[in-house]
Amino acid sequence: MAVSALATGCQPPGFFDGQNLWHEWVVNFFPRIGDSICRGMGGHADGGPPNWLIYLVLGFLGSLIVVNIAALGVPFVVLLERKLLGRFQNRIGPNRVGPFGLLQPVADALKLMTKEDITPAAADKIVFALAPLAFAIPIILMFAPIPWADHASLANLDIGILWVIAVTTAAEAGIFMAGWSSNNKYSLFGAMRAVALLVSYEIPLVLSLLGVVLLAGTLNLSEIVLDQRFAPNILWQPLGFFVFIIAVSAELNRAPFDQLEAESELVSGFHTEYSGMKWAMVQLGEYAALIGFSAIIATLFLSGWKGPLWIPGYIWLVTKMAFILCAFIWVRATIPRMRIDQIMAFGWKFLLPLSIINIFATAAEVIAFPDALPYWLIPINIAFAGACVVGMAKLLGFQPKTRKIVIPGRPVIGDDTPGRIVPLMRGGN
Amino acid sequence: MTLKTEPIIVNIGPQHPSTHGVFRLRILFDGEVIHDVEPVFGYLHRGSEKLAEERTYTQIVTLTDRLDYLAAMSNNLSYCLSVEKLMGIEAPERAKYIRTIMAELMRISSHLMGLGFFLQDLGAFATPLMYMFREREKIMDLFEMASGARITYTYMRPGGVNDDLPPEFMPALRKFADEMPGYIDEYERLLRENEILITRTKGVGVLPRDLAINGSLSGPALRASGVPWDLRKADPYEVYSRVQFDLPVGQIGDNYDRFLVRLEEMRQSLRIVRQCMQQMPAGPFRADLPMLLRPPKGDAYAHVEGPKGELGFYLVSDGSISPYRCAIRAPSFINLSLLKEMLVGWKIADMITIVGSLDFNMGEVDR
Amino acid sequence: MTGEYFTDYTAVLVATIAGAVMVLSGFLAAMVVSPRARSAMKDIPYECGVVPFPGRGWTQTHIRYYLFAILFLVFDVEAVFLFPWAVIFLGPEVASAVFYEMLVFMGILFFGLIYAWKKGVLEWR
Repeated sequence: MAVSALATGCQPPGFFDGQNLWHEWVVNFFPRIGDSICRGMGGHADGGPPNWLIYLVLGFLGSLIVVNIAALGVPFVVLLERKLLGRFQNRIGPNRVGPFGLLQPVADALKLMTKEDITPAAADKIVFALAPLAFAIPIILMFAPIPWADHASLANLDIGILWVIAVTTAAEAGIFMAGWSSNNKYSLFGAMRAVALLVSYEIPLVLSLLGVVLLAGTLNLSEIVLDQRFAPNILWQPLGFFVFIIAVSAELNRAPFDQLEAESELVSGFHTEYSGMKWAMVQLGEYAALIGFSAIIATLFLSGWKGPLWIPGYIWLVTKMAFILCAFIWVRATIPRMRIDQIMAFGWKFLLPLSIINIFATAAEVIAFPDALPYWLIPINIAFAGACVVGMAKLLGFQPKTRKIVIPGRPVIGDDTPGRIVPLMRGGN
Repeated sequence: MTLKTEPIIVNIGPQHPSTHGVFRLRILFDGEVIHDVEPVFGYLHRGSEKLAEERTYTQIVTLTDRLDYLAAMSNNLSYCLSVEKLMGIEAPERAKYIRTIMAELMRISSHLMGLGFFLQDLGAFATPLMYMFREREKIMDLFEMASGARITYTYMRPGGVNDDLPPEFMPALRKFADEMPGYIDEYERLLRENEILITRTKGVGVLPRDLAINGSLSGPALRASGVPWDLRKADPYEVYSRVQFDLPVGQIGDNYDRFLVRLEEMRQSLRIVRQCMQQMPAGPFRADLPMLLRPPKGDAYAHVEGPKGELGFYLVSDGSISPYRCAIRAPSFINLSLLKEMLVGWKIADMITIVGSLDFNMGEVDR
Repeated sequence: MTGEYFTDYTAVLVATIAGAVMVLSGFLAAMVVSPRARSAMKDIPYECGVVPFPGRGWTQTHIRYYLFAILFLVFDVEAVFLFPWAVIFLGPEVASAVFYEMLVFMGILFFGLIYAWKKGVLEWR
């Protein structure tokens, strides 16, 4: 019988409204394929194969897609990052291998594969070898509940958000294992910072998502996307978005929160001792998490695969992800790194109170307007978020204080360029 | 709440992404906090001072290029002044102006590198560094026009400079001098009030005025601590007594002051360059000297305000074609003498920025 | 329908296996292609190109790091309670009393945060 109404399996008869129109096929590509395979296996007929077998086959095909998104998307994102960083830094970026450097990821992969895999003699060898596994696999699992289009997620989990949080937190154990087992002092610092920093930012991350959950009333990612049919959540949840995107960049070890692998301090932090394929797997995990979290941000706050135009959902989602990825790369190219105590203070004293404020503001809004939030709340929300951020920053004294340089000597001197006067005493402090 | 744990000794360097050259620090950490520091030098020791005893006075110029390879022109100048003092001669006017322009351009270039790597140490992923490379490239183009080289110029000679400026140099220099203030303003606009930069640098690595003087620091590191000491003002050489410029001085001597002082010094250097361009006379660019210099017996010490501080050459002559003794006062080395006082009590991340803000060069430290 | 509920996790299980297979096959391929030339010098831990200072890499580490981990535990358990609350918040049978109850719960935890703040746990010394 019909296996499920939502996942990529057999759909009930009459589920697809257009009859084999090409655009209907394009839009519903994934569910169509799933449906066809399911029917091909006789899923709708009585006495067909058992549901778990169909699910095994479909799950296998879906897993192939998801694993390939991670395995093939990561080199692409790495190339994108290197290209964009090059542009941000007045450079060209990789352009030697293939046209426009497009084959650079291939060359990198081959190089990493043919590099010697060194395990330090003093390391805890089993944990050292397991750490990349423990890091990369949960990151791949993170892709499971993401809806790539209507009815096109690998597993339509009812606890979608919790699942994402849970598996990404599990990946932090992999980071700690990698850092600790290396028996290297830099790695140890990296691992210890992971314990302190990643778990600290886990809390604002989790709490900032509660606003989204309150609005949608569900943890299911597909339903959260459907719930954003009028306006994306970023308009209802600007404060939550702000906190979430900062907490995510901390979770991803992205600048300015890349304390775990701060290359100017800890050489490479927790993966200093890794080389060859193990290092490749650590890197794959990091960048797959970047892709995954971009998809999560797009899904939760930017209305996921839904878009105003008649373009297939997966293209919308990938477009939004690309924007978020570029934003992350932009931030990395722009902002200097913070110190560990400043980061911790920022997380606990700034983001955590903001996320708690966000929960209560959202809950109050939902209580006041139980049916649907009115549109005039959007500017109020944005103003409220701005006021909270600025007020909190003022409260904690984060305002920029610059200092003038004193030039002792005569009171006023003129620069020899006409039209520009440099005062001698450039102000007090 | 004080908590104590077993301390841990970590080597930072010689092969570390943010040591400026092959510099090694053995650091005793408790948690993330530095309790003790022991700098280890000598990985880049080439024996420049000893090598100088085996070379003629003109050949030594090439050795000075390799001291602080980011400020080769200033090294040349300091050495040439020393030889001239030893011989009792003076360079022609035009050569003096050329050398002043070169030294000031070198200062800009060196400060660009210093600021760029300082920001790199702060964790700004190479972007400010690459911006500053862009302008340094223009300075290197200018140097290439004059000397044919881009890093090790060997442009100056005792008694003048190797060659006169090519005709295309002055227009290019004028173009650079017109463009550069805009770029410095751009750095200032982008960086000066950056929230993270301020939290990372303000109040970090404070070097009190008295300590800085007692440690015989010089250059921007000293001026950032509030001491208006600059050899260009205190003991003017070349044409510095004929140009107007100001001495930017910091207030408390933290990383932020060192950052701002360098930023402002670049502007002042540009002022000097512009005034030199206006005042520069025509005439010979080199005194008429024999190929092999034989200074009379005696000794001489001449110093210049290099980009990193007081750079001096002490030469002892026994009347032969090579010096009997050549001693170098390397500002980078002496500026590092207070490292322990500056670092103890700060965290790993601060250690990197404090070391970066001192802007030293291992080629000069180890000589 | 519990049967369908669990079938969704079949895909997750398969994805786990597929991920493991991908990572392990990467290792396997690297094992086949990569060169192996072990030497004692290569196997010492990296410490900026010099032999590490005598002593294990696994020393005691500062307790500062764990204080944050403990604080995390408190707040993450809080989040576990908050998620079911957030899900049923929109439900028909929920009165606004639930809102105030959670206000009290969160308030207590918030005061916990302020206590930790005042105690100086959030300052890194």
